[in-house]
Amino acid sequence: MKKLFIIYLLISPFILVAQNKSTEKVSFEVTGNCEMCKKRIEKSALTVKGVKAVNWDIPSNLISIIYNPNKVTLLKIQNTIAQGGHDTPLAKTPDEIYNKLPMCCIYRRTIQ
Amino acid sequence: MKKNILLLLIFFSLKPYAQENLDGRVFAKEARETIPLIGANVFWLNTQIGTITDEEGKFSLPYLGPEELLILSYIGFKSDTLSIRENRLLIQFLDESDSESLDEVTLTQRRKAIQKSYFEAQNTIYVNSDELLKAACCNLSESFETNPSIDVNFSDALTGTKQIRMLGLTSPYLLITEENIPMVRGASQAYGLSFTPGTWIESIQITKGTGSVVNGFESIAGQINTEIKKPFSDVPFYFNLFTSANGRQEANLQGNWKINDKWSSGLFVHGNQRTEKIDGNGDDFLDVPLAKQINVLNRWQFINTKKGWVGFGTIRLMQDQKQVGALEFNNKNDRGQNRFWGSEINTNRIDASLKIGYVFPEFSFRSFGFQSAYSQHKQEAYYGFRVYDIDHQSLYTNFLYNSIIGNTKNKFKAGLNFSYDRYLETVDTFYFNRSDRSLGSFFEYSYDSLENFTLVAGVRLDIHNRLGTFVTPRLHLRYLPQENTIIRLSLGSGRKAANIFAENQTLFGTNRQINILKNGGSIYGLNPEKAWNYGASIRQIFNLLGSGGDITVDYYITNFIDQVIVDWESEGQILFYNLKGLSRANSFQLSIDYNLSQAMSLRFAYKNYDVKTTYDSGFLQRPLQAQNRFFANFGWESKRNAKQAQWRWDLTCHALGKQRLVSNQRDPAGSYSPAYSLWNSQLTRAFTSKIELYAGIENLGNYKQLSPIIGVEDPFGINFDTAQIYAPIFGRMLYAGLRWNL
Repeated sequence: MKKLFIIYLLISPFILVAQNKSTEKVSFEVTGNCEMCKKRIEKSALTVKGVKAVNWDIPSNLISIIYNPNKVTLLKIQNTIAQGGHDTPLAKTPDEIYNKLPMCCIYRRTIQ
Repeated sequence: MKKNILLLLIFFSLKPYAQENLDGRVFAKEARETIPLIGANVFWLNTQIGTITDEEGKFSLPYLGPEELLILSYIGFKSDTLSIRENRLLIQFLDESDSESLDEVTLTQRRKAIQKSYFEAQNTIYVNSDELLKAACCNLSESFETNPSIDVNFSDALTGTKQIRMLGLTSPYLLITEENIPMVRGASQAYGLSFTPGTWIESIQITKGTGSVVNGFESIAGQINTEIKKPFSDVPFYFNLFTSANGRQEANLQGNWKINDKWSSGLFVHGNQRTEKIDGNGDDFLDVPLAKQINVLNRWQFINTKKGWVGFGTIRLMQDQKQVGALEFNNKNDRGQNRFWGSEINTNRIDASLKIGYVFPEFSFRSFGFQSAYSQHKQEAYYGFRVYDIDHQSLYTNFLYNSIIGNTKNKFKAGLNFSYDRYLETVDTFYFNRSDRSLGSFFEYSYDSLENFTLVAGVRLDIHNRLGTFVTPRLHLRYLPQENTIIRLSLGSGRKAANIFAENQTLFGTNRQINILKNGGSIYGLNPEKAWNYGASIRQIFNLLGSGGDITVDYYITNFIDQVIVDWESEGQILFYNLKGLSRANSFQLSIDYNLSQAMSLRFAYKNYDVKTTYDSGFLQRPLQAQNRFFANFGWESKRNAKQAQWRWDLTCHALGKQRLVSNQRDPAGSYSPAYSLWNSQLTRAFTSKIELYAGIENLGNYKQLSPIIGVEDPFGINFDTAQIYAPIFGRMLYAGLRWNL
């Protein structure tokens, strides 16, 4: 009996591993510039329940998100990112939030 | 058959591999705006490979590797020359040019040779190969000279071996791994660090405190992991020659081949020898051994980034011979005679390892790794009339799975390991035969708030045929109260079986009688060792007069629940017994790193150790341990010119306080060694980025311990003892070498 218990304890980490839920991968544009933007975008996307992994690429401005579509909609994710300070195809950041961004993150620039 | 061999030689590393292209963006700062530079030139120095930035300042061009220099230029702005050590996204701001010298080239990025961890919960220091070049460093044991976290001591008056300590504890209490496979343990404890040539090393990671549960339960004071150069990213050809005034010559020849875009292979060959007899202190004993070593490593690397598979296969063969003892000792005739005292230590070692890793292409946060390693370490040695032979075979297998819980803020690692060790030992006229088997499972959870808090909590369960069934918990926390302040806490336990002879091989260089006070335990009649380690550290990053630096304070406590005490306190004998009472090692370290300018860096450290153990004779400080140590390092390097020529110079000082000595014929009871300091310096001239010459002096002040061997007049008598060493035996030492790569 004791032996069985020990064997159970040995394999218990893998019981956690065995469960697999439905996931979907999606990619869209989020505007931003720098490492600070990256941190901010990824952090706000991860606060959404159902979002599993986020990676935002600086040069292409593309975000790739792995999420559970049964738990959350894309619009909800994009709204949260926009509230965090970065424009997405479906949601724009309100000006009062945008104006608080640090200098290096200003992305709505006018260039001649 | 060939195919089978290829299959046999595969392996892994879970690092993300270099993508083909280097991507980046070029900006200019103007008042409150950052403006992308459109049409800026981006090209690799001395090549035809280049591009211009698009309307958003973005560029993308093939990444050529860490040795090449990237030039960014734009009319009206200062050009930048960057050495891109890693292929990651590059964001660069160009400054407006204030003169007409548009083609001025400045080196603006310099990788620090020692980096302290910022994001990790563990207190880890990353040492790269640039730092290893600073010391006379010929092998791993000598590569810690410029690193304040590790103390280098002299183990005995015969072999010139350097012994390392961390938190005041000797290397058996550290987990020393090579690419995360336990390396210096068991039979290789005494000389193992000298079996990895310095030129093979890509980087070293030093973790203070208990470390992760992934690699086992043995680490108590810390972990040292060495990464060997990888065929895929290393230079195609490397050649090094070294010679020193203490008679040592070394040669290293390293080649790497890319077979196709997935397979690459490397062959490293190292040889060193000392044929000259040297006796500077006139005691008629060799100051440094006559030695010969041949070391060959062949490895195969497999990368398939599309499918997510990586693999590594490594085979390594090593033969090492040392002769020490009396100057006139002739190993052909004098063994077993009592005319001259002599000793030979011959080691043959085979290592083979296989690593395979897989990253799920769709889910980069999910991966698994498998590693398996076999080694045989065979040592045959005699010391005068004493004999110590050991044959240690070891098998280590580890399976690891990485994934997330919910989202990537919550990650975990889970896995299993199995290890098997068989020891056959001959100690004088006794034989010891033992095999250890253990099966363990581990789970490590990490939480990252992505802001200012990180937690790593791990636990493992092991079933060991000698240590029993037990749980090992470990916890690490990191907290940033403000941006440039990092607070870390760690706690955890560790256990090990004490290989009393292998770990204390210096005892054979004495005529002390070995006494094991057995208590029915499972290892040489003694119980296994167990300890708890607690630590805290605060690091403050600062900016002073426009230059960056940091100040770190840490304090670690190791409390032994059980320990095998090595007692040298009574004359004529060495005693091994289990701890009865208290045993602790407290260590305090204050270190300051400061970059005075691009060219100059300073590093200071003060360390205080309080390592006290309950011996039969009382609660005493550990002998031959300086309670106070001071370290300073100054480095300077000139700017590389257009041909990449450069001068580099550095100066290191180690100051050691008094050390307690055990009473013997030379040192009366209650005596201490004098305090002293050692100075090392090295000058390097790089002619191009490919060819370098270096020369240096170790022990500039020529400080020596004058009568290192006790009872040297009668080496077969009861008082003979070569293990009571507190300072170098060899005085000022000059060395020079050459490095050449393609």
